[in-house]
Amino acid sequence: MSEQILETVERPPTTMTSRLDGELMEVSMGPQHPSTHGVFRMNVALEGEIVRKLKPVFGYLHRNHEKIGENTSYLGSMPYTDRLDYFCSMTNNWAYALSVEKLAGIEVPERAEYLRVILAELTRLQNHASLLGFLLSDMGAWGTPLMYAFREREKILDLFESLSGSRMMCDYMRFGGCRVDADPNWLERAKKIVDVFPRFLDEFEKLIVENEILIARTQEVGKLSAELAINAGITGPMLRACGVNYDIRKVDGYGFYPRLKFRVPLGEHGDTYDRLMMRALEMRESVGILKQAFDQMPAGPVMNPKVKIRAFRPPTGEAYGRIEGPKGELGFYLISDGGPNPYRYRVRPPSFINLTILEDLCLGHTVADVMVILGSVDIVMGEVDR
Amino acid sequence: MIGTGILKGMAVTARNFVGSYFEKDRLTTVQYPEERTPLAENYRNFPFLIYDTDDAEAGLRCVACKICEKECPPQCIYIIKSEDKKPDYMGKPQLYPAVFDIDISVCMSCQICVEVCPFEAIKMDKIFELSTRERFDALLLRKNDLSKSNTYYHRICPTDAKEVDAKLAEAAAAAAAKKKAAAEKTAAAPGSTSALPPPSTPA
Repeated sequence: MSEQILETVERPPTTMTSRLDGELMEVSMGPQHPSTHGVFRMNVALEGEIVRKLKPVFGYLHRNHEKIGENTSYLGSMPYTDRLDYFCSMTNNWAYALSVEKLAGIEVPERAEYLRVILAELTRLQNHASLLGFLLSDMGAWGTPLMYAFREREKILDLFESLSGSRMMCDYMRFGGCRVDADPNWLERAKKIVDVFPRFLDEFEKLIVENEILIARTQEVGKLSAELAINAGITGPMLRACGVNYDIRKVDGYGFYPRLKFRVPLGEHGDTYDRLMMRALEMRESVGILKQAFDQMPAGPVMNPKVKIRAFRPPTGEAYGRIEGPKGELGFYLISDGGPNPYRYRVRPPSFINLTILEDLCLGHTVADVMVILGSVDIVMGEVDR
Repeated sequence: MIGTGILKGMAVTARNFVGSYFEKDRLTTVQYPEERTPLAENYRNFPFLIYDTDDAEAGLRCVACKICEKECPPQCIYIIKSEDKKPDYMGKPQLYPAVFDIDISVCMSCQICVEVCPFEAIKMDKIFELSTRERFDALLLRKNDLSKSNTYYHRICPTDAKEVDAKLAEAAAAAAAKKKAAAEKTAAAPGSTSALPPPSTPA
């Protein structure tokens, strides 16, 4: 199957040969552009208004994340992972904790696993909500949808704050569990927020789904074929928007996801509209997961007492832990030589790898569509550049 | 019909606009400097040092073990251990930090120092309005700036402070009991040897 796919895909050449290539005009978009979602730059060669070539340029936010990881203790890397994708620090923590747990063979208490599921799904809710807001902002619906989304996001960030101490840089999970327990009050508050979340979804969907302008701007724009998506290693909602049923929550069954009933929404066309709706549908599933997790959550400790957080030295070996982050497969690859620091620390960031096919998505579309397509990829530069 | 989708969307915005006058849920912003939302009890930003009693020098719980300095991921803590021992507020001679600096322009508020401290000496503060006109010395907090009383800690995080106090009291009680037991043992040991001779003397 995979060999067949490899043969069918033809990728256009991606090098930009000269400054002026015939009739093409080269435009540098970014890095300081409000809709490039951070310091991301694109060299676009235009023919009139149509994009003929596109070369992404990144690295403006590079800060040596992996090398820092190799020079700090296993515990010390945990707060750095918050800074990768600063929208979803909880899922970053989980992915890193998972790989260290795999490396050292650490068990996690049941309550901690449920807490992790709850926090990951809350993260997914707020990430997808704000993504939809940003995407509509890119389309010119400046402000309103984004503010509605941020209003909901704010409630979830408040939950994170009262649990972990920080809104965005949570630094909450530890290998072997979670740092602090959630008290009944917190759980009550979280339940309430999750219960009223569908109201926001209904409203938001009413706002956007049938909107003719949105449909004109997104349908048939930036189509991604399933073959190309698989070959390029695209994961997350972007892959599922092409109709490929691949969700690591189902495939790997990490955490307690096998105990929770949920469906994986799939798209059909792989265009921007499908990617957008994929997020809306995933939020509905997340609400379902959260409700089940609240019901099933047992009492008990949240931290494995055998784990020594300080001066932690895992046995020699290597491990790759991956989770389904809101943006796609987020993985941490660790090699240990038995010392207090990892010998190799590698991040597999979903938004960076999802960004690699940007040119394929944008060719033949207008400059205005490039912004919409980029918005639907869902990137955070902290993670792309690391 | 074209345009119905847009009209439906407009209805949503209208409902939100009107609703913002009646529903607290739809208008969540506050006018910040005058009006403030309460901070969460777990809220954290920069570390400070705790001292017991009213004496910031003698009451400082920190004994300059340098664990936090070693574990701090961005390496923002700088400690010089004292060469002599000074009596703490309970009269026990202790090492103390001669220098304890935290550069809060480097600190990333991860609270790993709090987690690793075995003496409950360093905790997270909640002061967030820290803008200054000067970015070097003003953001480098010295021992004097960092030292804050246990009462202050009780005020900012009552639940945690109570737990910490209970834990410390328990540890102190255990230590006292151990000391007492050891003292009794040493007291009992010579007592038993001295108790031996009397029966032999009448005989």
